[in-house]
Amino acid sequence: MKDFRYLEDVATLVLDVQKCIGCGLCTEVCPHAVFEMDQNKARIVDFNACMECGACVTNCPVGAVSVNPGVG
Amino acid sequence: METVPIDNNPENQGSGSFQKKGPGLSTRNVQLMPAMNMPGLSCAPEDTRLLAAYEKPGYDLCGYVDHFVETDAGPVPVIRPDLDKRDRLSTIAVRCGIRRHRYLVSPGLYGIGSPDKNSEVLVTANFKLTFDHLRSAVGGVSAWILVLDTKGVNVWCAAGKGTFSTRELVKRIKEDSLEKVVTHKRVVVPQLGATGVSARQVKEQSGFRVVYGPVRAKDIPAFLKNGRKADRSMRQVTFSLSERFLLTPVELNMALKQAGIAALVLLVLSGIGPGVFSFHRVWEKGLVALAALAMGLISGAVLTPVLLPFIPSRKFAFKGILMGSVCILLLLPVIFSGIGSMAGAASLCLFSVMVSSHLAMNFTGATPFTSPSGVEKEMKQYLPVQVTGVLLAAGLWIYSAF
Repeated sequence: MKDFRYLEDVATLVLDVQKCIGCGLCTEVCPHAVFEMDQNKARIVDFNACMECGACVTNCPVGAVSVNPGVG
Repeated sequence: METVPIDNNPENQGSGSFQKKGPGLSTRNVQLMPAMNMPGLSCAPEDTRLLAAYEKPGYDLCGYVDHFVETDAGPVPVIRPDLDKRDRLSTIAVRCGIRRHRYLVSPGLYGIGSPDKNSEVLVTANFKLTFDHLRSAVGGVSAWILVLDTKGVNVWCAAGKGTFSTRELVKRIKEDSLEKVVTHKRVVVPQLGATGVSARQVKEQSGFRVVYGPVRAKDIPAFLKNGRKADRSMRQVTFSLSERFLLTPVELNMALKQAGIAALVLLVLSGIGPGVFSFHRVWEKGLVALAALAMGLISGAVLTPVLLPFIPSRKFAFKGILMGSVCILLLLPVIFSGIGSMAGAASLCLFSVMVSSHLAMNFTGATPFTSPSGVEKEMKQYLPVQVTGVLLAAGLWIYSAF
């Protein structure tokens, strides 16, 4: 999917590394490989690939990720 | 010449299941009512007789049910992994947008192959296109298929809308007594369902652990073989040429509804000119205008989606402008010979390009990589451009007639 890029710097994705417990579920559910694990913590490696689907938000067990698109 | 006594007829002896009750009841080629004794030889083929036990007045057995398997939670329909002619025809119709919102299967538990107490449970949506895709893609795998009630919407869209959800999954697990069907405590949820399903909450509420399967159903056999591990490519969505092409009939179908209204307005506007409303002008100019509209439709709803990565710019609306411009250039000779005036030709070109731009922008909703925030930004920027462009085109069109 690296051939398909949409607008840059618009996604509302926020990761609170402090809260992250390193379960790695976000790397599993993200359809665009936005996250990677780095020393037992999730890290955003491809912010502009985020399409704000919310899979990471729904599955993060500690609420460390958030996405807030204005409209659906 | 040798005569064979009836009782020693070798054909009668060979077929043990055809043994007659008494001597003389049958000759070499005649069997008297074998069906009375042999259920397998009745008029109906054997498989429908097996299903007969599951028939209920007022209900129809679905064509994709092969047989039923008895479990501790009751009989479960085992579905066929192959699609028949009707399934295929319906798939084409739904892909064209026909009956797309009323194409569903009953939610609940199904089986595929020869599932047992150790088989995996694959969760899916009750859109028949999804259901058919899954059963034909997992070829050879024996598993349970838990179909959630997503109101006939595919997994990803339903997860976004909240029908493919934690609540619905937990409800199905409980209603279908999954704990009686399998001995393990695990369900495989398609990765794209993760938007609506919280693995942690499902575990808390049902005791079943959610394992996220691959994005595409065709990767399920490899995923299971690999110890329920998906590699990186199985976790990422794609948007190939064929995937984009498959979406265009529905795009075109949806666009045609608005286009019908636009065509009527175009024809009416074409009749306005010096003197009274002229049907002659409607015929003469209107047809050229309709050609420009059609060009905009093809550009915005078909060519832009199909050629998406090859058209410059990230903004879909701008991609539509570029593609629409190229398309209308091809039509320019027809427009000039049909309209004659500079203003009229410019009006049609502008209109066609704006139609293309709008439809291309609309396509953001069908792609697997556009963020709502991005789409909102693009719409704020380009909707005013499109509206102004169309109004300007309408003004020019009327002006050109005088």
